[in-house]
Amino acid sequence: MTITLFLPSADRGLRWLLRLSALLSAASLGGIVLVLLWRTGPFLWSQGGAVFASGWHPGAGEYGMAAMIAGSLLVSLLALAMAAPVAVTLAAWLRYYAPAALRRPTLILVELMAGIPSVVYGLWGLLVLVPWINRWAPPGASWLAGSLVLALMILPLALLVTDTALRQLPPTWSRAGEALALSRFGVLRRVLLPGAAPSILSGVVLQFGRALGETMAVLMVCGNVVQWPHSVFDPVRTLTANIALEMAYATGEHRVALFVSGLMLISVTAVLLTLAWRLRGHQHAPQ
Amino acid sequence: MKGYWGIVALTAALAACGQTTDKLVLTGSSTMAPVIAEVAERYEAQTGVQVDVQSGGTGRGVSDVRQGLADIGMASRALHSDEGDLTSFTVAQDGIALIVHRDNPVSALSDDQVRAIYQGSTDNWRAVGGENRPITVVNKAEGRSTLELFLEYFQLENRNVQADVVIGENQQGIKVVAGDPAAIGYVSIGSAEYEAQAGTSIRLLPLGGVAARIETVNGKRYPLRRELNLVVKGEPADAARAFIDFAHSDAVADLYRDHYFVPAQR
Repeated sequence: MTITLFLPSADRGLRWLLRLSALLSAASLGGIVLVLLWRTGPFLWSQGGAVFASGWHPGAGEYGMAAMIAGSLLVSLLALAMAAPVAVTLAAWLRYYAPAALRRPTLILVELMAGIPSVVYGLWGLLVLVPWINRWAPPGASWLAGSLVLALMILPLALLVTDTALRQLPPTWSRAGEALALSRFGVLRRVLLPGAAPSILSGVVLQFGRALGETMAVLMVCGNVVQWPHSVFDPVRTLTANIALEMAYATGEHRVALFVSGLMLISVTAVLLTLAWRLRGHQHAPQ
Repeated sequence: MKGYWGIVALTAALAACGQTTDKLVLTGSSTMAPVIAEVAERYEAQTGVQVDVQSGGTGRGVSDVRQGLADIGMASRALHSDEGDLTSFTVAQDGIALIVHRDNPVSALSDDQVRAIYQGSTDNWRAVGGENRPITVVNKAEGRSTLELFLEYFQLENRNVQADVVIGENQQGIKVVAGDPAAIGYVSIGSAEYEAQAGTSIRLLPLGGVAARIETVNGKRYPLRRELNLVVKGEPADAARAFIDFAHSDAVADLYRDHYFVPAQR
């Protein structure tokens, strides 16, 4: 703390500004959680474990969310499983194999992809992807459709994160590898990728959070039937879609139940981020 | 001194505002609130009367008007027999049409067939005279008045509906059905007819032998329809009367059409 005494006044101002922004972000998140808890407290108390049942029938006073929690997780997990390997492979290829003339245009294209609003992906999914899946496995609007659209959405950012992680590795590592007569693939597999793994992993987890929170695109292509899917071709409903579909028309207890959906979503995200943070903490870069 | 006089003038102006400007409060049906809000905007621009439109459901509209909390209530249904203390003014009609893909050869379904399809006991178009395809049942999300009206008409319970896709907005329903030759869904007639005429690959099925068209809704022949009403307690006061007349006039008929409702005949 003594260091602050010697800071120039401008730095001291900045320091307070930074503290204030940190406090504001933390306070708003805490406020959201508090409001959710406050609004849903009596409802949660009266419903108890019933919110973890499977049946969602607001008209009959049944507010089971298990199938939707599973829906959110399944759609996002499959999306991640599809997008992450492609993103990492593509980023590695762009950085170490692709000709320079190809690299820059590709990266610009990817950045452009990252900037497309999600509702556009949703519209594409609804008009192109869903009818296409429908030809093979009706009804088309399904877990798979949702995951494919999400995968497309998170792919660009996952790729850019991986690219940055690889770029930030010390250049001496690859030179040392080459000096040891390792193949380029050997250096990549044994040295560079493991070295960048923690950054890549945390980037991918952030994308997972984004996938969990995505609403419109998922709502448009997932079918939104509250059920446990038996295959990737079955429709599912996510927590976010549930809120967006019913909020405008919900009153009383039904409305409170939608707040609980929001609370569930925050809890799931918090658990996942904590897990990822721990996972990352145990990884060590090769020295 | 100059500042002092400014404040006095401002206060006087504000007081004058409070005296001359009327204020109307409307509450009720979430189906009607968006279009009535636009009607109110146009009314404000023309008359300077401030109109406050709040959504909250037909039930709230009726009880607010009874308690005097609102000047006018919005009710997206006809008044019940125990609501004789209220007077209703129908400003528009809304109908619900069953829609299928344009290429679906089935030209009509009986009420029983629709019921069987939505309950899952009929799950292939072959059973109702169509091609051998499993039926994609499109249902509306919980809480929507379109869903309630549909369930009530076909005497279905949402719990027993075996849906393959659940949609929110009318437009989403139309796109789902247009993209799936085996789908059946139901949406607001106005939007369905508009899309069908604009070339979207959907077809409206007749209901009870009556074609699903804006004209048949307007002529009160189409069975699955409802009235969009403005309701007041007893006889409307002058300010409310003026707004109801405006909401009824040709000056706002385009707004109802924009929201895919059928302006009431006058």
